[in-house]
Amino acid sequence: MDSFAMVFTIFVLAAFIGFEVIAKVPPTLHTPLMSGSNAISGIILIGAILSAGSQYTWLTAGLGFIAVVLATINVVGGFMVTNRMLEMFKRKD
Amino acid sequence: MSSGLVNIAYLVAASLFIFGLKGLSHPRTAVRGNLLGALGMLLAIVITLLDQHIIGYGIIFAGIVVGGGIGAVLAVKIKMTDMPQLVALFNGFGGLASILVAGAALVEIAGLQGTVGAIVLDAQLSISTFASGLIGAITFWGSLVAFGKLQGLTNDGSVRYPADQIVKVVLAIVILVLGYMMVIYPDSSTPYWLMVIVASVLGVLFVIPIGGADMPVVVALLNSFSGLAAAATGFVLFNTVLIVAGTLVGASGIILTIIMCKAMNRSLANVLFGTFTVTEGGPSADEVYGGKVKSTSADEVAMLLEGAKRVCIVPGYGMAVAQAQHAVRELFDLLEGHGTLVEFGVHPVAGRMPGHMNVLLAEADIPYERLKDMDEINPSFKQIDVTIVIGANDVVNPVARTDPDSPIAGMPILDVDYSKTVIVIKRSLSPGFAGIPNPLFAADNALMFFGDGKKAVEDMVKSLKDELG
Repeated sequence: MDSFAMVFTIFVLAAFIGFEVIAKVPPTLHTPLMSGSNAISGIILIGAILSAGSQYTWLTAGLGFIAVVLATINVVGGFMVTNRMLEMFKRKD
Repeated sequence: MSSGLVNIAYLVAASLFIFGLKGLSHPRTAVRGNLLGALGMLLAIVITLLDQHIIGYGIIFAGIVVGGGIGAVLAVKIKMTDMPQLVALFNGFGGLASILVAGAALVEIAGLQGTVGAIVLDAQLSISTFASGLIGAITFWGSLVAFGKLQGLTNDGSVRYPADQIVKVVLAIVILVLGYMMVIYPDSSTPYWLMVIVASVLGVLFVIPIGGADMPVVVALLNSFSGLAAAATGFVLFNTVLIVAGTLVGASGIILTIIMCKAMNRSLANVLFGTFTVTEGGPSADEVYGGKVKSTSADEVAMLLEGAKRVCIVPGYGMAVAQAQHAVRELFDLLEGHGTLVEFGVHPVAGRMPGHMNVLLAEADIPYERLKDMDEINPSFKQIDVTIVIGANDVVNPVARTDPDSPIAGMPILDVDYSKTVIVIKRSLSPGFAGIPNPLFAADNALMFFGDGKKAVEDMVKSLKDELG
């Protein structure tokens, strides 16, 4: 199997897992699910780290730096604000 | 570290994301799910920092410190009523980061051609880069427009212009041509950046015609796109954890998008490209309201509430705008203390993002078992003595049930008109997003309480306190 077919397989299987895992979300959790998944899409941070760290040219390092800033805002802000919201839901248990 | 070990660590991180998202879809496990996701992210970041291609850490750590600081401040300071804006902004940042990472990778891979171990510049790589830039640009600019609308910086309504669909089709064709150029000249990054610029214009035009009340659909869809942009960048970098994590987010956003569309009885295409066709033959506001609307006062409402055994509160976007959730909490406490059963009927698209009302009511400490979904509360309305509607309109318009020609025909609504008395708190009789009058306001069992949501509820609380003595 060539490498593209392999990563494409991973993509399709991940989509199936995503649909199965998240199929039934109670409306109460719609917003935390969005902000939490937002934080996970901050995974682009690792791509940004590679660009910023390999420092191939000043251009790629600069693009990488901006991408690291943006992705870290997503990761840190996303997980923290989700936690803050979920704590509000939890207190009343 | 060997690439085998790195990939195993990425697999662990991806598994943690899956468990994390699974946890986030159940109230009892949500906090743990979020923490598992964060743990997976930490693992992926640490492993990536050990990558042998990294020759300097200064820029990386500077970026992480700056971004982490901004993110933490936003997360702690943001008001719950402003959550839709924050989510829109985060979606956009993810999109922009994908554009930059894919662009930097293209420059680097093209420059390294001919050296040992270089990634081959082939059509698959060009197409993956194209997809990252395209989805990323639409996500970023679409989210910025959504942010502007939610924050009240730009027109919240639907902005139309002549031949708008044709303009979008032309832009899409230009984007495809530039994508073809990327495949033909794989070692040049110029077509990529040109394509990003055109896709940015398309992103703006894509969200501008979508009105405020359709924002839940747009925010959910852009959430999905921000994940897909990351997944596409994963194809560029051949990075499995980017692909898996991005795709999971893509799937979760799509599911929310579908839920939102169903709640409005509209197709996604209709939300994105269509518009409400206001039926000419529909009754005018004067015909519907003329002489039949009864206005009420805080004292009268207090008397009604005092005698009520069961009360339902239906919040809408108006509650968020007026920041009335804490006043609502006071009313809730007062009634519960008096022995009245108080429930909340929450429509899936109430507010400006999925779950908007639930978050606000949770912030005000309303126990979440009192928040009822539409399907749960609808059969109970006949047994409810008083329903208080705060700043909602189209989602309680009985025309959706009765008039097959209405623009909202068939949209699932909260059947508040079945309760004994309905009190509607609203600034005026102005129509909601659908632009049609609401016969509920003129119904025999309905009373209008004109005014700001917060002030109105506070007045009710005051009168009820006097009433209960």
